[in-house]
Parts: sequence; structure tokens; C-alpha cells
Amino acid sequence: MPSSAPKLCVDDVSMTFKTPTGSFQALAPVTLSIPQGRFVSLIGPSGCGKSTIFNIIAGLLEPSAGRVMIDGVDATGTIGRVGYMLQKDLLLPWRTVLDNTILGMEIQGVALRKARERALPLLHRYGLAGFEHLYPNSLSGGMRQRAALLRTLLFDTDVILLDEPFGALDAQTKLQMQEWLMQLWSDFNKTVLFVTHDVEEAIYLSDEVHVMGTRPGRVIASIPVTLARPRVRTSALTPDFLAIKERCLDLLSANAPAATPMNQAA
Amino acid sequence: MTVQDTRAVDALAGLDLAAQTPIAAPTGQKPVRRLPVQKDWPTWALATVQVGILVGALSLWEIGARAGWIDAFFWSQPSAIANTMGLFFATGEAWTDISFTFRSTIFGFLLGTAAGSLLGLSFWWSRNYAAIVQPYVICLESIPKLALAPLIILVFGIGLSSKVAVATALTLVVSTLTAYAGVKALDPDGEKLFYSLGATRMQVFRKLVVPFCLPWIISVLRVNIGLALTGAIVGEFIASQHGLGRAILYAGQTYDIALVWVAVLVLSTLAIVMYASVSWLESVLRKGVRQ
Repeated sequence: MPSSAPKLCVDDVSMTFKTPTGSFQALAPVTLSIPQGRFVSLIGPSGCGKSTIFNIIAGLLEPSAGRVMIDGVDATGTIGRVGYMLQKDLLLPWRTVLDNTILGMEIQGVALRKARERALPLLHRYGLAGFEHLYPNSLSGGMRQRAALLRTLLFDTDVILLDEPFGALDAQTKLQMQEWLMQLWSDFNKTVLFVTHDVEEAIYLSDEVHVMGTRPGRVIASIPVTLARPRVRTSALTPDFLAIKERCLDLLSANAPAATPMNQAA
Repeated sequence: MTVQDTRAVDALAGLDLAAQTPIAAPTGQKPVRRLPVQKDWPTWALATVQVGILVGALSLWEIGARAGWIDAFFWSQPSAIANTMGLFFATGEAWTDISFTFRSTIFGFLLGTAAGSLLGLSFWWSRNYAAIVQPYVICLESIPKLALAPLIILVFGIGLSSKVAVATALTLVVSTLTAYAGVKALDPDGEKLFYSLGATRMQVFRKLVVPFCLPWIISVLRVNIGLALTGAIVGEFIASQHGLGRAILYAGQTYDIALVWVAVLVLSTLAIVMYASVSWLESVLRKGVRQ
């Protein structure tokens, strides 16, 4: 039954790259099952295959084995099924903010005028009022990320992949952007898969946190976050939050590459 | 003692001290220095000096030629050049020649720039194709194209088309390599973004590759107009019935030095006008593509 099927299912997906010296396993079989409307985070050290998973889900990379299912349908290797926001904002400098945000609709063949009509109210509601006709080079880092995120949202897919969207922002802006993202998520009812290095950010935002390890990249633990929503900043001081944070940090440090030389799969 | 003298003495004293005790830190007074400031002259003063130099040089030339210090047979003289200039335009030859050189330059410029840019952009479509064609383009780059001019004249005849061909040969390679440099500078993540949005290759090309490379393509316009003019002139040198290049060659061969000067002056003016127009076009296009 499609209604009970998870929105996004990563089914035993693994990835092995061929190198001149042999083969390199970037991703051991990974299985993720994400219900509609959930906010799920992946945390892990660099090189744990987070970006590889994202590229596979977005159809930009063909997995060595396994399938990607969206709404119960095999979507392996097909592009344009999910919204994907890369680390860089990748705003096109020759387009205004408004025309950058409608890029996805434009590529899907929506008429320019119609696309702009749909985008404009969202730009106004989500903090880009007055910026819509500016070019990206006159925007601050936070504003650029907002524009890039709205571009991803306006592409209008149920599933959204966010690859460290706030990694390059200063601490203050990052907090603002997290609140802003929460607002968007509850307004649009999207299924979000979120990559970050920041444990606190992952717990604060998510319904579930998957902790990943390296060599090969794999999921070593999945921790549900049952804190009540809407969350406030002080949620981060509650015992429940701290307990989850401690567990995540323990898992990450136990799995740090230097600490587990025996654990490596050659 | 003036202030400067004091400074000089201080500086010398400091030097002596350093020479005698190289390890000790210099504790004496350092010479007092001020930021050198250059005063800008008003524009009218600069212009006056510029015009003055020109007038002075021309006067010296004229006086020298009349007094016999300068051999007017080899160098001609300003009054004779002015005379010839009047004749050159009065007989109507001038406009035929200017128009001929202008047309070969503009056609060669447009053809070479357009074809070269398209060729450079086309390398985006296939890495294999780019790898195969690239060595040929580099070979073409390293050949002195002007050395091929006699061959081009043989193939295309002595009319306008051979001049256009030489001008095209000079500009095409520059445009190709520049557009290809733009293609290579493209951020692969930009392509990733487009494909993640479900784009076709044509959409990536039209909405990402072309706008991204436009500033590169525009940046060679000024270089290309100069190259095209060089190509046209060299083509005329080799074999032609019209054009400023032919006028210069003809005048030189008949020892009409004043006419050489006249043709060079007219040619320079034409070059400046075309360069200024292309610079203007470039700034307009730059505003259009915003990068």
C-alpha cells in the first residue's frame, strides 16, 4: 500500500569507487526509511559518505548496489525527483534573487511570469522582501542561503536534501536560520534530510538523527529525538536533549578514524 | 641647517651606529619620514602640455626639413603631408580605401569572434570531442597565422574575401581558446544543481554554460578588433586593389613618403574609432550580463 510506504527509502545502497590502485568502498550498505513529513539528520565525520548518499538519492550518482525508493517507486538514477541544496548556495550571479529562486520551476517548463507570480509572495513572507530584484553579489551570506533554500522549496518536490546549508554562516546567523528553517518546514510539510557537522543543530531540528562512521561510510546508530515541538532554544538544556547529545558525541568519538584502526574494512 | 639636512645627518648617524654595533637594537632617533605625496595637475594643464609637445615636435620637424637638417625625401614634412591629405580626400580615393579596410576588418572580426566562441563553447558538450580537437586548436594557435596570408590570398583571390579570411584566421583562435577557458572554469557543482532540478543538457547549456562564459567571450572583443585590423592590412599588403594597407604599400614603393604618412594617420584614426566603439559595446554588454 503506497499510503503506508515510507516517503523516502534508501534500500541497501552501497557505493564502491574504482581507483587506479584498486577499489575503494565509500559506502557500506546503508538503509534509511523516512516517513512523510519527517525531519531527519545525518551527522558524521568528513568522509563518512554523507554527500555520496545525497548524490545517490538525487540521482546524480548510480549506486553500486541497492535502490532508492520514493513513494514506494524505484527512483534510482533518476534526476529531478527531490530538491537538493548543495553546500554552496550556487546562486547564478547574472540572475536577480527572484529569477534565481524560480530556476527549478523554469527548468520544469513553468512559464516565467507564472513562476515569478508564485515565488514573489514566498520571498516576501520568508525574509527576502526588498531583495527580490537585487543580484546575489549584493546579499549577505545568510540572505544568499535563504534564497538558495527557497529555490529548493519552490522546485516543489516532497523530499528535500540539505547538505550543510548553514555550515559557512556565523553562529548568530546560524541560529536565526535554524528558526527560519523550522518555520518553513512546518509551513510546507516537506520531508527533509539534513546533513550537518553540528550535533546540537542536528538534535534541535530533527525527529531522528543518524550517526555515521567512516571507512567504509555507514550508519552506526539511529537515535529518535522525542523532544516536544515547537522547540525553543532552552530545550537544549533539558536532560533529554543532553542525554541524546552525549550519546551522539560518544558514538562520534568512538568512531573517530584514528581511534579505531582495527575497525577498518580494507 | 635646514630640516632636510638634519634628517640626512640623523640618517647617516643611524647608519654609522648600526655599522659599529650590529647586534644592538637601534635605539637612536629614526629619520623622520613623511608619506610622499604627488600633487595632481588640473586637466587643462595636462592637456596644454600634451598639445604643446605635439605642436613643438611638428614645428621642429617642419623647421628642420626646411633648414635641411632633416632629409625631407625620406621623412617628408608636415606641410607636405597636410597637402597630400587634402588631395587624398579630394580625389575620393580615401573613402574607397577606408571603406574597403573597414569592411574587411568588421567582417573578419564578426566572423572570427562568432565562430571561435561557438567552437570554444561546443567543447562543453563532449569531453571526448574536446580531447580530440584540442591539440589541433593549440597547433593552430602556435602557427603564425600571418605566415599563411600568401596562401589565403591564393585561395580566396585578391578581393575582399581574402582580407576577411586573414582577419578571421587571426581572431578565431583567440576567441576559441578564451571561450574554452570559460567552459573549463565552470563549477561542476553548478551543473550538479541544474541536473538535480531535472534539467536537460540543452537547458544546462543555455541557462548555465552560455551566460557563464559570456564575460570571457566579451573580454576578447577589444583584442580581436585590433587583430582583425592587422589581418586586413597584411592581406592588403600582399595583394589588393583597394584599402589603406595597399595605399601605404603603393606610396612606399613610389617614394611618396607624404602619402605613407597620410595613410598611416587615416588608418590610426580608423583603428581608434573602431577600438572605442568596441570598448563601448563591451561595457554595454557587460552591464547586460552582470558579473
